[in-house]
Amino acid sequence: MFDILSRILRVGRLSEALPAPNPAGPELTTIQRELHAVFGRALCIRHVDAGSCNGCELEIHALSTAYYNLEGAGVRFVASPRHADLLLVTGPVSVNMEEALKLTYAAMPEPKWVLAVGDCGGCGGVFGANYATRGPISDVIPVDAVVGGCPPSPLAILQGLVQITRHLAA
Amino acid sequence: MNPMWPDFLDTERVRLPSNVAACRVQVDAERWCQGADAMRAAGADLLSLWGSDDRDRDQCLRVHAAYLLHDRVVLLEHAMSAGQAIYPSLATRFPVAGRLQRATYDLLGIRADGGDTRPWLRHGGWPEDVFPLRRDVEATQTWPVTSAPYPFIPVSGEGVHEMTAGPVHAGTIEPGRFQLAVVGEKVLRLEVRLGYTHKGIAKRFEALAQRDAHRLAAHICGDSTVAFSWAYCAALESITASTPSPRAIVLRALALERERIANHLGDLGGLANDAGFAFGQTQFSSLKEQLLRRNAELFGQRYLFDFVVPGGVAGDLPARALPGMLDEIETLERAVRDLRGIYARHEGLQDRFLGSGRLTPAQAAALGAIGLAGRASGIARDLRVDQPWPPYDRSPPVLATSSAGDVAARVQVRFEETLESLRLCRQWLQALPTGPLVVDVPLAPAGQLGIGLIEGWRGPLMLALETGAAGGIRRCRAHDPSWQNWPLLEVAILGNIVADFPLINKSFNLSYSGHDG
Repeated sequence: MFDILSRILRVGRLSEALPAPNPAGPELTTIQRELHAVFGRALCIRHVDAGSCNGCELEIHALSTAYYNLEGAGVRFVASPRHADLLLVTGPVSVNMEEALKLTYAAMPEPKWVLAVGDCGGCGGVFGANYATRGPISDVIPVDAVVGGCPPSPLAILQGLVQITRHLAA
Repeated sequence: MNPMWPDFLDTERVRLPSNVAACRVQVDAERWCQGADAMRAAGADLLSLWGSDDRDRDQCLRVHAAYLLHDRVVLLEHAMSAGQAIYPSLATRFPVAGRLQRATYDLLGIRADGGDTRPWLRHGGWPEDVFPLRRDVEATQTWPVTSAPYPFIPVSGEGVHEMTAGPVHAGTIEPGRFQLAVVGEKVLRLEVRLGYTHKGIAKRFEALAQRDAHRLAAHICGDSTVAFSWAYCAALESITASTPSPRAIVLRALALERERIANHLGDLGGLANDAGFAFGQTQFSSLKEQLLRRNAELFGQRYLFDFVVPGGVAGDLPARALPGMLDEIETLERAVRDLRGIYARHEGLQDRFLGSGRLTPAQAAALGAIGLAGRASGIARDLRVDQPWPPYDRSPPVLATSSAGDVAARVQVRFEETLESLRLCRQWLQALPTGPLVVDVPLAPAGQLGIGLIEGWRGPLMLALETGAAGGIRRCRAHDPSWQNWPLLEVAILGNIVADFPLINKSFNLSYSGHDG
C-alpha cells in the first residue's frame, strides 16, 4: 500500500485546465444553443465505432486519462444509448455496421445530437465509399457537428465537446 | 531430409522480393495438399490465405497460401479455371484457414471443399452471387443491406443459457459480436463473429498508385500504423530493389518500437482496470499519454500515421532532441519497473491475473498461435529474432516468453517487451547512423509480387503487393495476426467466469479493423 501511495504522491496532479472555446473552430452554434438550453453543462455520451481503423478510438481513450479531466468538464461516457444525449461516431460507415448504427441512434431518447469524429466520419477519409463502406456518417444518420483530423487529437475532441456544452462569449 | 518434404518445394521455387527470405511455388490441387502437410510437419504457421481474380490474364482464379517457416516464407499458389473454382480446404491442418477460406469465398467466390461454409465478411451488404473483389465488379458499385440473422452454433442443455454482446459494446472499443453459452457463472462456449468493420480495403488498394498507397496501409489498423506502412513500403522497395538509408531504417525501427511501447503501456493499464485496480490504469495511461505527446513534438504526430513512406521516412530527428529522448527512456524504464513491482506485490490483482484465461502451450501449438499471445504460451517466435531484417539483424531484442499461458503471462510478456524495446531505442539513439531520409523508389513494372513482413506489437503482419500497369496496384493483401489469435480467445475463455471475459479479452487485445479489412 505504501508503494502505491508513494507513487501517487510522486506523480502528483496531472489534470490540465480545460481548453478555451475556439471561436475559429467548427460551426457549432446551433447545437450549442440547443444543448445548453436543455442540459446546461452536463453531457452523456455514447460512442459507436461504425467502421473506424481504431485510430480515433485510441484518442477517445486518451480523453479519459488524468490529463484531460473530461468528467471535470461535465462530460461522461455511458454504456447505453438510452442514457445518452450525444452519439459520438467514428469511422466511414461500413455496410456491416450500418444497421447497428441506425438502431443505436434510434434507441437514444430525444433530444439527441450526433458528433462525427475524424476525417472518415466527416467525409469518408482514406477509405472513400465502395461496396463495403457508405463513407460519411451524415449519409446514414443526421450529423450535427464534425471534429476533423486523422485522428483528431484528444484536445480537438475535448474542444469540440466543451464548445457545444458552453455558451459562446457573445 | 524430412521425408514429408516433397521435392517440388525446392526444385520449383522462385525467389520473391521481400524484406525476409521468401519464395513462391505454383501448385495443383494435389501439391497444394502435399505442401500443406509438409508445412505442418515442419512446424510452419499458415501466415495468410487469400484469393485473386486473374481471369483477365489467364482465365484463372487463384488461391494463395503463405507459410511462415522458422527461416523463410513460402507462398503456394493454386490456379483454378473460373468454372471450377474449388480447392482443397486447409482447415483440418491449420485452424486459421477456416475463417480465411470463408472470407475468400465472400470476396471472390472461390470455395474450399468442405468445412464451415457460413459467410464471414459478407453480412448482407452485397448480394450472395456478387463477389466484390472480382475484376468485373465496379469499384464504386454499392448495394442496399439485406441482413439475415447469423447462424451461431446453438448450445443447449439443462441449465445452459446464452448471452450476446455486441456489435456495439458498452465501452469505447471496436465492434464485434460475442455469443456466450453459460452454465451458472462459467463459460461453456464462446463464438465470435467479426467482419463489422470490413471496409473493402483490398478493393480500395486497386484504385491507388504504388507511391500513394502506404497511406491506406497505415489505416488498416490504427494501433499498428507504423508496422503496416512499413510492411507496405518493404514490399514495394523489395520489388523495385530500393534500399532506404541506414538512418531511415533506424528511424523506422524507433517508430515501430515506440508503437509497441505505447500499445503495451495502454494494455498494462487497461488490464489492471479490468481487474478492478484503477490505479494501474491511471498510471499507465498517463505514461502512454506522455509518450504520445513526445511523438507529437518529435514527429509532428501522436500516432505515426504518415511517418513511414516509400524509400524512407517523412521526417528527421534533430540532434537537439536526442538528450530529451534518452531522458524519456530512463524515466519510462524507472516508472515501468516501479509499477511492475507494485503489480507483482498486489495480491488482489495477481489473484485475478493468475490462472485466468489459460491457453496451454499444447493448445497454442495446435491452434497456430502467433505473436505476443503465442509467446505467452510457450511459442518462442519473434520475427525480429528469427528472421531479422535491418536494423534488427544488428540489434536483435531478447525474446520474452512464458509457458504459463494465462493473463498473468500475457502481462509479464508485455512488461518484458516494453523494457526490451526501451533498451533498443536507447541503443539506436546513442549511435544514430547518417544518410538521406528518403531515396528514390522507381515505378515498378506490372505483375511483380513482393512481400513485406514486420513483427508488429501483436505479432507478424504481412502485406503481399502485386503491381499493376502504369504505377498502379493489381492486388494487395494485408494480413493482421489477429486472424490467427481470435480463435485462441474462444479456447482460453472456457471454464472461466463470465465476469472475467473483459479481462481475458483485453489480455489478447486483438484487432477488429486489422482482421476485417
